[in-house]
Amino acid sequence: MDQRISEIVAKYGTDPGSVIAILQDVQEELHYLPRAALERVAGDLSVPLSRVLSLATFYKAFSLKPKGRHPVHVCLGTACHVRGAQLVLEKFERELDIKTGETSPDRAFSLDAVRCVGCCGLAPVVMVGEEVHGKISPAKVAGLVKKYRK
Amino acid sequence: MAEVATARTYRLHLMVCAGTGCVSNHAFELKTALEREIEKHKLENEVTVVPTGCNGFCERGPILVVQPGNVFYQQLSVKDVPHLVEEHFLKGRPVAKFMYFPPEEKTPVPVLSDIPFFKKQVLVALRNRGLIDPEKIEEAIARDGYKALAKALTEMSPEAIISEIARSGLRGRGGAGFPTGLKWQLVRNAVSPNGGAKYVVCNGDEGDPGAFMDRSILEADPHAVIEGMVIGAKAIGAAAGFVYVRNEYPLAVNRLAVALEQARAFGLLGRDILGTGFDFDIRIKRGAGAFVCGEETALIASIEGRLGEPRPRPPYPAQSGLWGKPTCINNVETWANVPVIIDRGSAWFAGIGTATSKGTKVFSLVGKINNTGLVEVPMGITLREIISDIGGGIPGGKAFKAVQTGGPSGGCIPKEQIDLPIDYESLAAAGSMMGSGGMVVMDEDTCMVDVARYFLSFTQDESCGKCTPCREGTKAMLDVLTRITEGKGVPDDIALLEDLASAIKDTALCGLGKTAPNPVLTTLRYFRDEYETHIRDRKCPAHVCRQLNIYAIDPRLCLDKGKGCDVCRRNCASEAISGSKGEAHAVLQDKCIKCGVCADVCAFGAVRVE
Ligand SMILES: Cc1cc2nc3c(=O)[nH]c(=O)nc-3n(C[C@H](O)[C@H](O)[C@H](O)COP(=O)(O)O)c2cc1C
Ligand code: FES
Repeated sequence: MDQRISEIVAKYGTDPGSVIAILQDVQEELHYLPRAALERVAGDLSVPLSRVLSLATFYKAFSLKPKGRHPVHVCLGTACHVRGAQLVLEKFERELDIKTGETSPDRAFSLDAVRCVGCCGLAPVVMVGEEVHGKISPAKVAGLVKKYRK
Repeated sequence: MAEVATARTYRLHLMVCAGTGCVSNHAFELKTALEREIEKHKLENEVTVVPTGCNGFCERGPILVVQPGNVFYQQLSVKDVPHLVEEHFLKGRPVAKFMYFPPEEKTPVPVLSDIPFFKKQVLVALRNRGLIDPEKIEEAIARDGYKALAKALTEMSPEAIISEIARSGLRGRGGAGFPTGLKWQLVRNAVSPNGGAKYVVCNGDEGDPGAFMDRSILEADPHAVIEGMVIGAKAIGAAAGFVYVRNEYPLAVNRLAVALEQARAFGLLGRDILGTGFDFDIRIKRGAGAFVCGEETALIASIEGRLGEPRPRPPYPAQSGLWGKPTCINNVETWANVPVIIDRGSAWFAGIGTATSKGTKVFSLVGKINNTGLVEVPMGITLREIISDIGGGIPGGKAFKAVQTGGPSGGCIPKEQIDLPIDYESLAAAGSMMGSGGMVVMDEDTCMVDVARYFLSFTQDESCGKCTPCREGTKAMLDVLTRITEGKGVPDDIALLEDLASAIKDTALCGLGKTAPNPVLTTLRYFRDEYETHIRDRKCPAHVCRQLNIYAIDPRLCLDKGKGCDVCRRNCASEAISGSKGEAHAVLQDKCIKCGVCADVCAFGAVRVE
C-alpha cells in the first residue's frame, strides 16, 4: 500500500495544496482512508497529520471506515425526496440488514445516503458503485440487491 | 491552428443521448446495438452513430434523434434496434411506435421541435445540446465553437469585451445574479499584489440537491465553458484558470479533461493562443463533497487545499481571491453564455428576456411533473408555461400545489402565483430566489412542513460549523420542525420558528446560513394552515409525516382481492399485524411503529392511511 500511495503523491508533486486531490485518489483506490495511508500522505508531503485528518473528516467524499465492494448510495436530494426516496432507503436497510452509514459484515455492501447525484429527472435514484439506477421504488430494491449479490 | 478534419458525409446521423440519465437507461448498450445492426446491413458508410450530451427529456430516455429530419425516438431498448434499423434507416420508413405520443393521444409527434416539451424552449447556453459529440472538438468548431474566442483575441480590446458583456445585461447564473460585466470590470481594475497574477474560476460545484444544469452543460458542451473562460481571462488579464467540479460528476470531469486536451492541441488554450501571444491555461479541481464549497470564498479555500470554510466578505474575491490575488468566479452556465454574446452581439442577447433579467435560464424541472428533464427558457416566461406546457402537468391527475426554486436558499411558490414571470426580481418578491436553476414541482401529496424540515436537515448537515448562528440556529429550527412533524408541536412553535429565522438571517457569516431559513419562511407565509393542522389536530393532510398517520387494513379488500396473502404480516417490522394466510388481516394500533411498510408491500391497496 505504501508504494502505491507514494506513487499517487509523486503524481501531484509535493505541493501541500494537493492534499485533497491525493486523498481522493487514495480513497478511489482503497475505497476508504486507513490511518496508515493518512500518515503516509502526511509524511510524504511533510504536512502535519492533524491537517490531513481534518481534511479527511471535513469532506464527505472521504471515509475513514471501510466501504463495501458494492457501495450503495441512495439519493436523498429534493427531487428524490418528494418522490419517496426515504422509503427506498429504509427498504435497503431492511434488505441488507444494516443501518445507513454501515457496511455489511461480509463487506459486500455498504449503505449511505447522498444529496443529489445529478440525475434528478429519474428520481428516485440509487447508485451502486458507479452505476446509476433511476425510478427505483421500494418494490425494486430486492431485485437490485440480488443482481449485485451474485 | 490544426486543420479541422473534414467529416465524411453521412446520409444519416443517429444522435444517441449519452447524458447520465440515458446512460443509466442503457444508452451505451443501445449505441453498440445500433452500430452492430448498421454493419449487418452494410450501412456503415451511410449511417453514423454519435453519442451526445444530455438531450434534456430525461423522463423518456434512452433517446435517439435522427438527423437530418430531427426525428425523435424515445424509450428504446436493444431489442427494438433490428426493426428500427431495417424500417427507418434501410427502407426510409420512420417507425411510429417508438415516437413520442402526447398523453392520451393516438398519433405520435415525429419531429423533436414539435413536441410540447421542446417547443417553448430557447437554447442559448445549451445551443449544442444533442447536436455534437462532446468529445470531438471538430464538432464544436463546426457549430461555431471558438469563433467568439478568435474574435475576442484578435479584434477586441479587453475593455471592448467587458463592455459587450456589460451591455448584454448578463447576470450570474450561480444564484445571486450579480452583473457579470461589472464583476469583470472590478477584477480588471483590481491591482494584484506585487504585480502578480489574476485568476478566473468556473464554479461547477452545483450543490443544490435536485439540480443538474451545470452537470449537463459540462457533459454536453465543455468547449462552450472553456471558450467563455478564455475570453474572460483575456478581458480581466488572467494567466490561469480553474474549473471546480463536484466529485459526484465523474462523467463531467472526464469530458472536460478530454476537451481541455483537445483545445490545447488546437492551439486554443495554453501558450500563445491562436498566435496572439496570449497565454492562458485551465486546470480541473475536483470537489470533495461539501455543499458549502459552492460558496465562493469556501471554494477558493478548497482549491488552495484547505478546509472549505467561508470567510467574511469584503474583501470580495474580485479584490482578494485565490492565493490573495484578484479572482473572477463565475458559474458554469454564466461562462457558457459568454461566447454567444461575443459572437452574436450584446443587442441580440439583450433582446431576449425582461427589462432586468436578460437572456435565458436553464432549469432542471423535476419532482411531481410528467416531463422531467432539463429545460432552457427565456427569462420572463411564466411558471404556468413551464409547468403545464413544457412539463405536461402533474402525473396521475393530482393537483399542483407548489414549486420550489433556489434550493436550500430558496422557497416554495404556491399555486396561486402560477402566473408569476420567472426573473430575478419576481422570484425574490415571492420570497424565493432564482438560485442556480433547480425547480422541484410538488403536488397535493407533498407535505410542506416536511419539505421545510427536509431543507433544514440539509443545511444543518452541510453547515460547516464555523459560525454559531448557522451551526446552532439551524439545529434549533430543525428540532422544532421535527417535533411538529412527529405530532409533538406546541402552539408557540410557529412564533419560535419565526424568531429563530430572523436571528439566523441577520447574524450568519455566509450565504448558506443567511438563506437557510427561507424554505421555512416561505412555507409559513403560504402554507401556515398546514403547520397549524400538524400542531393543533396532530394530522398531516398529505399523509407524509408517518408518525401522524394511522395505518388500517380494509378487511374486504384484503380478503376479496388479496385472499389474505399475508405479505404485510411477514414484512411488518414490529409484529403489529394479526391474521394468517387466507384470513383478513388487521393492524394492532398499540404495537404499530408507523413505518409504512405494510402500505408499501400490499399489492392490493388494502392498507389505508388516515
Ligand atoms: C451556500 C452557497 C452555495 C453556493 N453554491 C453554488 C454552486 O453550487 N454553484 C454556483 O455557481 N454558485 C454557488 N454559490 C454562489 C457563489 O458563491 C458565487 O456567487 C457564484 O459562483 C458566482 O458566479 P455567478 O456570478 O456567475 O453566478 C453558492 C453560494 C452559497 C452562499
Ligand atoms: S435529487 Fe436525487 S438525483 Fe438529484
